[in-house]
Amino acid sequence: MIKSTLLNGITRALRNIGNKTTERIWRLGAGARLFFLALIYSGESYKRFHLIIREVYATGVMSLLIIIVSAFFVGMVLALQGYNILQKYGSSDAIGVFVSLTLVRELGPVVTALLFAGRAGTAITAEIGLMKTTEQLSAMEMMAVSPIARVIAPRFWAGVITMPILAALFSMVGVLGGYLVAVPIIGVDDGAFWSQMQANVDERLDIVDGLLKSLAFGVVCTMIALFQGYDAPPTAEGVSHATTRTVVISSLAVLALDFVLTAFMLSA
Amino acid sequence: MERTTIDLWVGIFVALGIAALLGLAMKVGNLTSTKIGETYSVIAAFENIGGLKRNAPVKSAGVVVGRVHNIIFNTKRYEAEVKIDIDKRYSFPTDTFANIYTSGLLGEQYVGLEAGGDEDVLKDGDKIIQTQSAVVLEKMISQFLFSKASEAEASSDDKSTNVSPADSAVGAKQVQGTSTELGDAPF
Amino acid sequence: MANNIVEIDNLSFGYKGRLLHKGINMVFPRGKVVAIMGGSGSGKTTLLRLIGGQIKPNSGEVRVDGDVVHQQDRDGIFRLRRKMGMLFQHGALFTDLSVFENVAFPMRELTDLPDSMIRDLVLMKLNAVGLRGAHTLMPAELSGGMVRRVALARAIALDPCMIMYDEPFAGLDPVSLGVVCGLIRSLNDALGATSIIVSHDVKETFLIADYVYFVADGVVAAEGTPHDLMQSIQPFVHQFVHGDKDGPVPFHYPAGNYQSELLTPTLAQ
Repeated sequence: MIKSTLLNGITRALRNIGNKTTERIWRLGAGARLFFLALIYSGESYKRFHLIIREVYATGVMSLLIIIVSAFFVGMVLALQGYNILQKYGSSDAIGVFVSLTLVRELGPVVTALLFAGRAGTAITAEIGLMKTTEQLSAMEMMAVSPIARVIAPRFWAGVITMPILAALFSMVGVLGGYLVAVPIIGVDDGAFWSQMQANVDERLDIVDGLLKSLAFGVVCTMIALFQGYDAPPTAEGVSHATTRTVVISSLAVLALDFVLTAFMLSA
Repeated sequence: MERTTIDLWVGIFVALGIAALLGLAMKVGNLTSTKIGETYSVIAAFENIGGLKRNAPVKSAGVVVGRVHNIIFNTKRYEAEVKIDIDKRYSFPTDTFANIYTSGLLGEQYVGLEAGGDEDVLKDGDKIIQTQSAVVLEKMISQFLFSKASEAEASSDDKSTNVSPADSAVGAKQVQGTSTELGDAPF
Repeated sequence: MANNIVEIDNLSFGYKGRLLHKGINMVFPRGKVVAIMGGSGSGKTTLLRLIGGQIKPNSGEVRVDGDVVHQQDRDGIFRLRRKMGMLFQHGALFTDLSVFENVAFPMRELTDLPDSMIRDLVLMKLNAVGLRGAHTLMPAELSGGMVRRVALARAIALDPCMIMYDEPFAGLDPVSLGVVCGLIRSLNDALGATSIIVSHDVKETFLIADYVYFVADGVVAAEGTPHDLMQSIQPFVHQFVHGDKDGPVPFHYPAGNYQSELLTPTLAQ
């Protein structure tokens, strides 16, 4: 009797795992399919470039404030913390290097991607989820207009264009924030701040790699947001769950991908 | 919203992004200082290059005059051959002295050139004869300890200034390790 | 040119083994207003989706203008859909576009007409539904009846030869109801199109339909002109038309014996 209930429990648990796994893999496949469809239909959306511009406005321009303000604070905190550590080794002049390298290599692309997922990603998911709920996507299909060409692809490219721009802005504003704390407040030498930075930040290794990272994050974050919206059950609850999933999955994906990319870039 | 307003904002947005990128490249990065026009390359062999990397600056009197092009390990002579690109505007005598220095205690390493007094100048493909390796911290410390120990022994036993055979062997090796073609160690 | 624009032949469709339609036959003659009626969940809307090619039948076929819908590739289906206009249950207006842009949407996407011509066409369509003055408004600023009318203007934007209405009367106040009702009939006659109305509102539907199909239990339970159906003595039709509470469509969801269920201490799983 006990044996059989135990056996039942184990079977149920295993079946549960199997079920979850197949579901995850199925969704991954569906997401990849949407990605390729978006690429295939990109030609059609480039013919209507104003759609992409509108989405760049929605995702990029609307995210400017949060990106600039956060970058400023992140840069200032970096300068404070960096000074605290570096002065112990008598190299507080290296604070510019510390701030700029941290921002350009890591924090710029990563924090921008996380903020993007929270600000623009959720908006994309909710918008597409609601378009689905209110049958707007069906209506488009019935009008012989592909929703992937009209809705998905422009948003995808807008995200891919927006992310590197936001990341570059984040890094630049962060460096300025760091400068503001390091030079006028702490009293690090102005020339040393910039010259040490320039001697140690390499435009190919650091800046271009940072850009490549943010480009990859742009593809991943936008695609996750789009897929979650497109795949959401057409109910209020379904859309709200999808929005949450966008933030969670995007954040995890960005951090994991950052590790992989960093490993590749440092070994290259 | 009107399409023209959106276009304007997106234009501002993209312009800001490009400005930030340029700012990063010019102000934060070293795009301006790597802009070396015509260069000629010379080779300097070092016994130990420490943490010298590709693209590290080459300075003379503190001015960046070139970049490290690449670093090859010579398997015949067991030393590092560093290829240096120097700006055509600067010419150096053939007996120029190449050192590997560190900028600050934690800074990156760079190649420093000290001009000699020769009439002839270095040409493309020439080799810098006189080099001095990077300072390796561990060796510096062990040498310091070794010299302290020998001082102590010398003072305690003034009959014989010789150190024990084992110590002297190690010491000789250490000295040789940091020595260059000039043959004298800095410590 | 065949006399019927849409023919449904022995159509079966279902999800996961449960059949929603079990061999449906319908014809929709050109120029007529034909209604599909039935209770909630009887698969009326699904029929429209089958006609539009958004889903594929399990067996049988739907022919639109002589072409079998589910045998078309993507381009073929898109070509067929250009002959169709569809009004969704809640209008399905694009919430990020103004009324004008909503109506202009099919023209901009599917034609290469110059802007000035699109402008004139849109204003004409909006005038036909009486909302020319509202063309700058956003969908959120419209009432339910106005949304339905804008959606109607959008559905007829490219002068389709058939228009499908999914529950056009649901959730409208009496005035809007009358307006929409009259519009469907007058637009159909003015455009020379065929209209397919899916609805469960007997009064309005009977007012404008030329022919009515009743769908129940996955088959066509009754058909005929509104006049015939009003007189019908078929119990199902009678219940539906007159809105009787109980009849062939039971009030109770199938359940066990009431008395014994109350007396047993636990709910039967």
